[in-house]
Amino acid sequence: MKNFTYTRANDVANAVDEVTSEKGSKFIAGGTNLLDLMKIQVERPSHLVDITRLALDTIEETAEGGLRLGALVTNADTAYHEEVGKRYPLLSHAILAGATAQLRNMATDGGNLLQRTRCYYFYDTDTPCNKREPGTGCSAIKGYNRDLAILGTSEHCIATHPSDMAVALAALEATVRVTGKNGERIIPLFEFHRLPGDTPNIDTNLKPDEIITAIDLPAKGFADRYTYLKLRDRASYAFALVSVAAALDIDGDTVKEARVALGGVAHKPWRIPEAEALLKGKPATRENFQKVAEAYVQGAKGYGHNDFKIELAKRAIVRALLQAKEMEARS
Amino acid sequence: MKNKPEHENTETASLSAPPKEAVTLHINGEAKQLEVEPWTSLLDFLRDHLNLTGTKKGCDHGQCGACTILVDGKRINSCLTLAVMKDGSEITTIEGLAKEGELHPVQQAFIDHDAFQCGYCTPGQICSTVGLINEGKAKTLDDIRDLMSGNVCRCGAYTNIVKVVQEALERSQAK
Repeated sequence: MKNFTYTRANDVANAVDEVTSEKGSKFIAGGTNLLDLMKIQVERPSHLVDITRLALDTIEETAEGGLRLGALVTNADTAYHEEVGKRYPLLSHAILAGATAQLRNMATDGGNLLQRTRCYYFYDTDTPCNKREPGTGCSAIKGYNRDLAILGTSEHCIATHPSDMAVALAALEATVRVTGKNGERIIPLFEFHRLPGDTPNIDTNLKPDEIITAIDLPAKGFADRYTYLKLRDRASYAFALVSVAAALDIDGDTVKEARVALGGVAHKPWRIPEAEALLKGKPATRENFQKVAEAYVQGAKGYGHNDFKIELAKRAIVRALLQAKEMEARS
Repeated sequence: MKNKPEHENTETASLSAPPKEAVTLHINGEAKQLEVEPWTSLLDFLRDHLNLTGTKKGCDHGQCGACTILVDGKRINSCLTLAVMKDGSEITTIEGLAKEGELHPVQQAFIDHDAFQCGYCTPGQICSTVGLINEGKAKTLDDIRDLMSGNVCRCGAYTNIVKVVQEALERSQAK
């Protein structure tokens, strides 16, 4: 690990000042992803601003009837929180489908959104990677790409975002509260992460001076009909090949509202509101779910080893919606 | 990793090495005050600075669980946190589980069930089991397998480890 200086921030304003005071500064909270990447010198900050003592570690009710998850609440405390479990079980299931008990005890909700891709080439400093070293090329496109993206890719990067939590948050239409030099702003979760385009080194729309302070969940939690379906190479502690956060609001057999977000297939949680709307006012049948699935993989592109993900994504969407309809939530 | 040139100013950086940070950690009930370089992981701090070598370094990347310890009662990977960040915390390592010469029940159960072979993962497995019991979320054998998936045993002693965790859970619930 490259040497760095360390300071502990005592409030949000101080944290923002500290992180902007020196080029190469980074925030550290749970540290589970940043320290891992620092050990292999993929990340090389010169100054770390420890934000773990900021008062952002509570879950509170919002005026709109939702919940506000403080950025420093751990993934474990969020997943096992009574109100989250009762009102947003989709989120609890998604969090518990990721990582291990130890990591979930350390990793924070803000940090979960900011974790970086697990693309092997991003981790392998012996190979070119546009995300790690802009302009060097993408080793994955013609390399081993079984785990990598099929949607929203570019000729510069086919990395996926690894979070399970973010997929559920996208389906739930959560918003991210951030504070920077110019005060506070709110970013819809779905607009928080970027597509790779020609700047795959930039993962999110968070500005360098900004810190995540909270994630807001809207009142509607789809607690009656939801599924987080995660397909992976082993049943625990593996990243998704394809995951689906599905939620349904059904009146009789008619769909009032449907939400579908995909993980493991793109540089961000993948959601197509127009495709979800195909179900509005229609019967909740396998045939109609198949139409949604087809719409979700429109334009999907395989790179060889990951071609199977296109069919897998379609089948996973149908299965997740059927499970949500029958309310067989499982991960 | 390839030998690419270090960051240009490595030499200058090492000449003007950042000051050490004062840290107080309460380890196995004893306050320890030390000065550490900020980049010292909690795992290296325990092993190299305090000679508490029961906590093992396996992968050093949070994948194997050999470094599992309890911080404020919760199990974490000590390799993925900095000692300086845990200033003021209560830390329990494998060395702190036995009380007054008596093994912790989970330690005894690992022996009784022959739940290890080479033993390298065992301190982490034991601390993880204690953490799992504290959390109180495991209800079924599948829950145990899932919630222990952060502890890898390359000898493959899983069958007996699961038995230990199950017995330890039952014992804790009977209390």
